[in-house]
Parts: sequence; C-alpha cells; structure tokens
Amino acid sequence: MGKYVVRRLLQMMLVLFGASIILFICLFVVPGDPIATSQGEGRQLDPSTRAALERRYDLDKPLPQQYVSYLGRLSQGDLGESYVYRRSVNTILKEKLGNTAKLAVAAIGVMLALGISAGILAAVFRYSFFDVLVTLSTTFAVGVPVLIIGLGLQNVFAINLRWLPLQGQSAGNRALILPAITLASLDTALVSRLMRGTMSEVMRADYIRTAYAKGLSKRVVMLKHALRNSIIPVLTYVGIAFGGLLGGAIITETVFNWNGIGLALVGAIQSQDNPIVLGAVTYGVLVFVLVNLVVDVAYAFLDPRIRLE
Amino acid sequence: MTEPLLSIEDLRVHFHTDAGVVKAVDGVSWSIGPGETLGIVGESGSGKSVSALAVMGLVEVPPARYESGRILFKGRDLLTADDKERRAIRGKEISMIFQDPLTALNPVFRVGHQIAEVIQAHEKMGRIAARAKAVDLLGEVGIPNPRQRAREYPHQFSGGMRQRAMIAMALALDPLVLLADEPTTALDVTVQAQIMDLLIRLQADRGTAIVLITHDLGLVAGHADRVLVMYAGKVAELGTIDDVYYRPRHPYTLGLLKSLARMDQRRSDRLQPIVGQPPSLIRVPPGCPFNPRCPFATDICRQEMPPLEPKDGPDHLAACHHSDQLALQQSPAAS
Repeated sequence: MGKYVVRRLLQMMLVLFGASIILFICLFVVPGDPIATSQGEGRQLDPSTRAALERRYDLDKPLPQQYVSYLGRLSQGDLGESYVYRRSVNTILKEKLGNTAKLAVAAIGVMLALGISAGILAAVFRYSFFDVLVTLSTTFAVGVPVLIIGLGLQNVFAINLRWLPLQGQSAGNRALILPAITLASLDTALVSRLMRGTMSEVMRADYIRTAYAKGLSKRVVMLKHALRNSIIPVLTYVGIAFGGLLGGAIITETVFNWNGIGLALVGAIQSQDNPIVLGAVTYGVLVFVLVNLVVDVAYAFLDPRIRLE
Repeated sequence: MTEPLLSIEDLRVHFHTDAGVVKAVDGVSWSIGPGETLGIVGESGSGKSVSALAVMGLVEVPPARYESGRILFKGRDLLTADDKERRAIRGKEISMIFQDPLTALNPVFRVGHQIAEVIQAHEKMGRIAARAKAVDLLGEVGIPNPRQRAREYPHQFSGGMRQRAMIAMALALDPLVLLADEPTTALDVTVQAQIMDLLIRLQADRGTAIVLITHDLGLVAGHADRVLVMYAGKVAELGTIDDVYYRPRHPYTLGLLKSLARMDQRRSDRLQPIVGQPPSLIRVPPGCPFNPRCPFATDICRQEMPPLEPKDGPDHLAACHHSDQLALQQSPAAS
C-alpha cells in the first residue's frame, strides 16, 4: 500500500503541474490591466510607480518566464504576493482556511447526519409516506439553485423569524447553521438518494437473508449487516464532496459574507488579483486530489475485498 | 414414524405480483421427526425452497400471502407466533443453509465474527467466549487452521470452505432441525461429496433432523430416509426412498428417475427426458398440473386434481389418477 500511495502522490504532482499551466494561461492571457484594476478603479498611477509594480510582480517579463518563476516559487510552497494587499498569498489563504474548513466540516456533518439517516429510513420503509417525503425534498434540493436556497433560508430564519444571524461570523457557532445547511443542501439530497439506492439493493442480498436466518432482529440486520455494506459508496461520495468543500464555497460564502477562501477568490477575480486567484485555485486542486487519495485508501479499509496495488 | 418434530399442514403460500398470483406452495404437507432426513425434490420453480423459507419465516409478506395452513414446531403453530418468538427459534432451534455460500456470507465481516454473532444472538455469552466457540466450530467442520481462518473474510475462502463455514454457523447452537436448501449445488462434485459427508457426520453426532432440498435425486437417494417429490407447488409423491425409487406411483417421479444418468447402465441406453416445460406457477393447468407432460394423461387428469392418497402402503402417498398403471411398470431404479 505504501507503494500505491507514493505512486498516487507522484500522479498528484502531474495533476498540479497541468492545472497550474491551464490556470496561468487563462489568467494572464485574458485582456485587462491587473495593476490598474488592483490599485482601484479610476486611480491614476504615475508611470514610475507602475513600472516598479510591474517589476515587483514580474509583469514586465514575457509570459513563459513569468510562469517559470511562478513554478519555481510554487515548488517551494510560495504562492507569491497579492497585488491588492501587498501581502503573502500564503498568509492570506491561511487566515481564510480556518473559516472555510469550519464551514466544510459543518456541512459534512449535515450531510452525514441528515443525508444518511434519511436515506436509510427511506430504504427501510420503502414507498412509505416518509420515503415519498424524502424523494420530494431531495428533488427540491437538487432542483433549486444553492443561491436561492441560501437567500430563502436567510429570509425565513434571519429576517422573518429572527432566530439566526443573517450573515457574517460574529455570532459564533449560531452563525454557522444557515450557511452549513445551504452549502450541504445539494450533497445531502444526493447522499440520501445514493444511500437509499445502495441500501435497497443490499437489502435484497443473500447475506441479509442469512442474517435474518440467524435470528437477528431487524434493527441489527439493517443497521449492521445492510448499512455496513451500503455505506461504502456513500462515504466515498461524502469524502470527495469534502475535498471540494475544503477548496472554498463561492456561492455560499458570498451569500452569507463568510470570510473564507471562496469569498476571497470572488474578490480577487473582481480586482484581478491574479496571485490570489492562482493560489486559491491551486490550493483547491491540491486539497481535492489529496482528499481523493485519502478516500481511496479508506475504501480499502471499509471493504476488505479491495486491495490497493 | 415417531412423533414429528416439525410438520407443515396444507400450507399455501401465494405471491401476489403484477403478473398475477404465483402459487409457489399450494396445499403442501410434510413432517420430519427427530434425527430424520427428509429429501424434498423438484425442478426449479416447483416451490420446494419456499416451504422451507416459510418455516424460517423468511418469506417476505407482502408480496407473499399465507392462504392457508399451519407450521407446527414442537406443537406450536409458527404462523401465529409473533416476531420475537420466531426470532428466538430462528438460528437456534431451526436453522438454514443456502445454495450459494459466497453470497450468503456477508463480505465485510470476518468469518469468525459471523459465526460468533449467531451464538451471541441467542445465548448470554461474552464476545471472547463466542469467538473461541466459533474457532472450535470451524475446526469441527473441517477447516484447517481455524484460529487464523476465523479472522479472514469470506472472499478468502474457497467455495467448499464457505459452505463449511455456513454449516458451522447453522449448527452452532445444536438446532433440532436444519433446512439445507441446495447445499451442494454451487460446488464441485468432489466438494459436494465432502460437504454431504460432513452433514451426515454432524447429524449423527447431534441428532439433527435435516430437510434436504435439492433437484438431485442421486443426492437424496444416498442420504435421505424419506423423499417428497414436488411439482408446480404441490406434492406429487411422498414415501421412503425405497417406496419412491423402486415403486414410483407418480408419472413425474418415474420421469425424473428415467432422466437420471446412472453409472451401472449400459451406454446404449439413452436418457429419457421429461418432454415439455414445468408450468408457470401463475398459470397452472387445470386438473393435475403434470397432465400436459404426462404419458398416462386421460380426460380426468385434465379436469380433476387427483388427491394425495396412500398407495400400496399407509406411508407412501401419491397424487395420481393412474397410479395403478404405474404399478405395472418396472422402476428404472430397479433395473
């Protein structure tokens, strides 16, 4: 298995390298004037300041050379300096990472608690009222855009009922509830459907009949024998979703003014703060690939039939 | 015969499906005494497994419905027993092994754990003691190196070893009755013989009654005391092995015996298959269900279902209008 992990880590380097080329080209080929935009709209820069800034950020050099020096810094873990804040991108992202991670963990919590239990109940009580309710609500959650769900939750729970804060993070953990639900809505729906599907299939397996034949109760048969088998693909899905969420949630963080990587990315795109955009996306790719590796390794532990080679 | 341990009386299990009512078990009765082996023989779809699953309470209701009948175990009707009572019997007093030992074992739990689980479900025994007993059982069913094997997963076992593990699980609590549903069908011929030998040995040690459900007449001939032949959800013939094999009184039994390959026959003798197909259990022909395939069939067979009656002895039952004609023929088993 050690060999497998090493091979996957090497593959990951290739993915990162490819992603960085594509990103770099996208960002630096698009028209626009990052120096002017990042210093504020309509502000006049005197030519010497401008030249100094261009020199400072390598923008006076041809694109391939810019890329090589970017790659050189990246290989040492240095993501460069923000045009707007004149601070290290590493430091900026580090500040935002905690918030994004907090939100991602809360969203995963919702997914696991709500998605999995709803899926189990829907499978065990198939075609019951509850099952229909799950089907309807998951259809709703899949069909309605995250933006609308977020705004709707704000409207009901923050503005009308005044139970929870509208946005920001000043209210501590209570401020986490609405954004976490918003962020988790789509994946929770998909998780519960996946759970219902795999569980219904596993419930027809021969070894479930064997488990009943042993005299085990329905609860043990369902929550041990059926769940243990059907949850494997679900956990894989949740793991991959977690990798995506850790990279930052653009819409949710924007709607709730959540000071995470997603919000930083949106701001950086608007102000053409290319080092932050590059850094945030590179970080997102890295986390996603790493979490995927962890999920694949975990799969081998959950399913004894899988061997990593 | 001694007082039956388990008896099924006029059992009707019908499945209500979109295509129609499947009469999987339609008025079947059988019984088994302590330590006895009853073979239940029939083609696939003859309803032979369903009566065993009904005994276990493993028939899913709905789509199935019990239209009539009783399942008496130690004098108690299991069909009226509540879930808790049935659960206490399942796996402890009556247990079952299945056809495909790969899919019948849970792939994500260790074999030893799966055996220990049935022990702990019924007896107040700690985890460690139950594990130790599971290892002993694996040794008893002939698995070499049982301590290490108990820690392995089903996919690390061969087909024969998986069935041995299933048997260890089923016999862990010394049940009075073992329902063996095609226990050797999925296995190689040599392994089949080993598994049957194992079952016989364990039966002799423990006095377990075995219901051996199979389509293999040879297997039943070698191992059962009595045999029940099923056709289209009904009992065609019931009797001792000698009765049924040497003096068959139902044309279906005769057909099955004629279609059996035998080592002691001349090679020029062709096997004689039963013409036609078994009926769909949704549309069973009127009268005797075997009449479209039966060489003896007359008008009465197409109109009236023959009753299951004693033929040439009180314990040899057959459901045929023309048993007398069959009595004039020599059984292929006797040749």
